[in-house]
Amino acid sequence: MDGMSLLTVTVLAVFVGFEVVSKVSSTLHTPLMSGANAIHGIILVGAIIVAGQAADPWILAVALLAVVLATANLVGGFVVTDRMLHMFRARKDVARQGAPAKEATGRQDAK
Amino acid sequence: MTLLDPVWTSLLYLAAAVFFILALRGLSSPRTARRGNLIGAFGALLAVVTVFVSARLDNIPWIIGAIAVGTAVAAPVARRVQMTQMPQLVALFNGVGGGAAALVALLELSHTADPWVRLAIVFTLLVGTVSFAGSGVTFAKLQELMTTRPIVFPGLPVVMAAVLLAAVGTAVAVVLTGSLALAVLLMVLGLAAGALLVLPVGGADVPIVISLLNAFTGLAVAASGVVLGNVLLVVAGTLVGASGTILTRAMAAAMGRSVAGILFGAFKGGSTAGSTAVSERPVRSSSAEDVAVLLGYAQRVIIVPGYGLAVAQGQHTAAELALALEARGIEVDFAIHPVAGRMPGHMNVLLAEANVPYESLKEMGEINSEFRMADVALVVGANDVVNPAAKTSSGSPIYGMPILEVADARQVIFLKRSMRPGFAGIENELLYEPQTSLLFGDAKDSLAKVLGAVKAL
Repeated sequence: MDGMSLLTVTVLAVFVGFEVVSKVSSTLHTPLMSGANAIHGIILVGAIIVAGQAADPWILAVALLAVVLATANLVGGFVVTDRMLHMFRARKDVARQGAPAKEATGRQDAK
Repeated sequence: MTLLDPVWTSLLYLAAAVFFILALRGLSSPRTARRGNLIGAFGALLAVVTVFVSARLDNIPWIIGAIAVGTAVAAPVARRVQMTQMPQLVALFNGVGGGAAALVALLELSHTADPWVRLAIVFTLLVGTVSFAGSGVTFAKLQELMTTRPIVFPGLPVVMAAVLLAAVGTAVAVVLTGSLALAVLLMVLGLAAGALLVLPVGGADVPIVISLLNAFTGLAVAASGVVLGNVLLVVAGTLVGASGTILTRAMAAAMGRSVAGILFGAFKGGSTAGSTAVSERPVRSSSAEDVAVLLGYAQRVIIVPGYGLAVAQGQHTAAELALALEARGIEVDFAIHPVAGRMPGHMNVLLAEANVPYESLKEMGEINSEFRMADVALVVGANDVVNPAAKTSSGSPIYGMPILEVADARQVIFLKRSMRPGFAGIENELLYEPQTSLLFGDAKDSLAKVLGAVKAL
């Protein structure tokens, strides 16, 4: 991809990012951070590419280290975010305690 | 094996990028957040599968093995970590992400002679390693592997300036020569800069550092996307950069300070370590039974939890107390200050874990106008975030910090361990006001006593 297209994508992504993230409820700032953390774990794709091109064993070793780190970031990030979000329950789900709360599907407004 | 057509590859990466945006959008409400996160995880899976079928890759068994190792290490930790330790874990994941980005950039250096790509490489190397080392030091502070107090030594600003100057010089040299050895030197300088950046930051300011490093890793990943010409990495990294930037600004605003002031405050010696002197002025101390009566016959109660509550592991007892009061027909809410806890929004997670429904978790802007309708504000393990000195005393270190307006409530009850001032080391005038009463003791014990007394009413 040429430089100009990458620049275009980057600038648009900046605006989309600010737009989407500024709408995140401050109640969910911790899951936002761990979720965003998980998303940057996608560097795994880059790590896989460099590992797949490595011919020299030393280069392969460094690349595999990057794969391990990136996987830990990606998998750990999504798992822990899911666990956290599972805890945020609506009043009616808390009232029905005992059974693990399913994903809140209430139609009424959360407020 | 035939490789996937490049058009399909691009489309699949685009789909993954859209899924990431949807994941963040899901977080606008707790109702949709969990589904959003799963969509994001699916996007990640899609992208990883795509890279395997679209690029000519050697060493595939090794790569799969490394993915298995990373998963085996991270998943159990993520599943078992306590919610109070969430800031450490986020710092850790953030650091390894930054480290991975730096390693990827290092290995790409030999594949390019384009000065623009080399520029993106040195940026990734520097920012990635700063994030790695900074996150590592943050982790060590939060895990109490080292002191949480600011670490300052004479000449620190000079050392920091020298390291940064050397880093910039080395970066320029790498762009010009493409030397691998210089690139490694740049990484070492980045590690040093990251550590030096975080060492002088005190425990109370950690939320802002975590947010900032989050933005750094995002930028490093975006830059590595430029290096590899991969749009997905660019979009994902930029999204994270935006989120980290917004959170950093939100945290700084919630502390009434500037980001630069927090990061460099300790350099100038103006760190947030105040007096620990105990005042001799009289206060109205109260018994658990008195507190229970105040709460039990109120109509509207607002509970203000601070990190002291989490330290005492009292979240569950606080949630039970709220439930007991609601059973008496009392309207109960939790008022959450943005900096309550050790990372942005931390207190919400701790209370959600204790089964407080998310409708009861009110953010500062939403609840502040409601204190004047409240009969009782119950402050548990919080001090600075309700200290009126932030509004009235311009000399105070917390001056300008937005606070929860508990003083507007008819009665204010503090559950406190002692009269020692809070983190910022400033006296709280509210403690001596006539509408205030205090119940001394460990937050969890006090709450349990009050809960028992409320049930006996």
